Amino acid sequence: MAVKRIRLPLSRDDVRGLRIGEVVSASGPLVTGRDAVQMRALDYHDRGKVVPKELEGATLFHCGPIMARGPNGWTVVAAGPTTSARMDKAGPEMIRTFSVRAVIGKGGMSQDVLEAMREVGCVYLAATGGTAVSLAESLPRVRGVEWEDLGMAEAMWLLEAENLGPLVVAMDAHGNSLYEDVRRSLKRS
Amino acid sequence: MSVIKLPESIEDVVVNLLRLANTKLPQDIGWALESAAAWEPNAIASTQLGAVLDNVRKAGLLGRPMCQDTGIPVFYVKGGYDPSIADAIARGVERATREIPLRPNTVDPLTRENDGRNLGRGMPVIHHLPSDGDYTEITVLVKGAGSENMTRLGMLDPSDGVAGVMRFVVDAVLDAGGRPCPPGVVGVGIGGMADECVAMAKRVLARPIDEENPDPVLREMEEDLFVRLNGSGLGPMGLGGSATVLAVRIDKAHCHTASLPVAVNIGCWATRRASVRLGAGDAVYSQGAWL
Repeated sequence: MAVKRIRLPLSRDDVRGLRIGEVVSASGPLVTGRDAVQMRALDYHDRGKVVPKELEGATLFHCGPIMARGPNGWTVVAAGPTTSARMDKAGPEMIRTFSVRAVIGKGGMSQDVLEAMREVGCVYLAATGGTAVSLAESLPRVRGVEWEDLGMAEAMWLLEAENLGPLVVAMDAHGNSLYEDVRRSLKRS
Repeated sequence: MSVIKLPESIEDVVVNLLRLANTKLPQDIGWALESAAAWEPNAIASTQLGAVLDNVRKAGLLGRPMCQDTGIPVFYVKGGYDPSIADAIARGVERATREIPLRPNTVDPLTRENDGRNLGRGMPVIHHLPSDGDYTEITVLVKGAGSENMTRLGMLDPSDGVAGVMRFVVDAVLDAGGRPCPPGVVGVGIGGMADECVAMAKRVLARPIDEENPDPVLREMEEDLFVRLNGSGLGPMGLGGSATVLAVRIDKAHCHTASLPVAVNIGCWATRRASVRLGAGDAVYSQGAWL
């Protein structure tokens, strides 16, 4: 399958140019964040506390990596996507508050999230679950870490991607979801 | 299979088991994935299976955990009861977490506090299986949360019968969608009491999938479910396609005449396990469990 190369961060127009079923590989800055980052970011925002600026317009990777600290700083040992559905509840608010342009994860997100994606201009890119070594190789630089007190899996890691993929455009900014299409045509007999 | 001469402490053995299970996919699972990739007609699904196989190769070559969710290790100890083994296994888990490294996953369920050792109250999970043999076997099953969170227990009515059991399993797998990282292994427990039913559904994941179920009725149910699930269209990662499960494994136990418990415990594509048989003077490692 043809793989389209995309550059992060994505603009609103870039996002609107992507359609479900396309396969891409991404290069550029992204941040990791899952359950705890989402809860804290929204809580801090509500209370007027400072939130790392990298979240604005971010590519948010639902990932709790294994990191190692060496003489030259942090490196990514293993970094596959985590189950995005856990972030469904506050997902729409997260996307609207920080104008998140892309979410990288696995398993897809709810209809409410899809609606927020359409409204804000955001896509869901499905990374292959469990392919933590390959994906770590495509994350060669660690720019920093925020909220390290949340623990290795939950902290916000600021990473640089180089041809991270394959990523399947599974929910687009036009209200389409590949997961929904698959779900609707499932044969249960 | 590799044979190592003792003395090797249980702690060392546990570190070895966890390294083996996390970095090297059992051969039967690897073959099933390659066969699924060869048969897959869906283009997107093929990219997913290709990425999985590529990742497995890299993890093996680099000696790194194939998935960042190094899970919670479940230990099955078969042999005479040795009260000191729990402490030794705990020391092995703590050391493996530092040395391999494994992701520190265990937290207090309410405070969510994580002390970074993969230990804590009730950890490590150890199941003792009594045996008359003159050796001890330890099998570890590495269980990530993506698949574990999809566990389902149904206390069906006896009148639901076999058809009800089959329907329950199909729904559990299809409703889970892409969350447990399909295609994986579907573990099913039928009967027993509620706790044993779930325990069976998990324990069967530690059996090699190329080992035939000795019970012909269960074998037929496994084959039927395999065909139905792989014809469902869910596909790898729930993105559509053929490869939805690599295998279905079922075990059963007698139950109360008024009950029909059924449990589903899913193993992701990375159904990771390793075993060791400790004899008089050596330790024999294998990834085709003896359990």
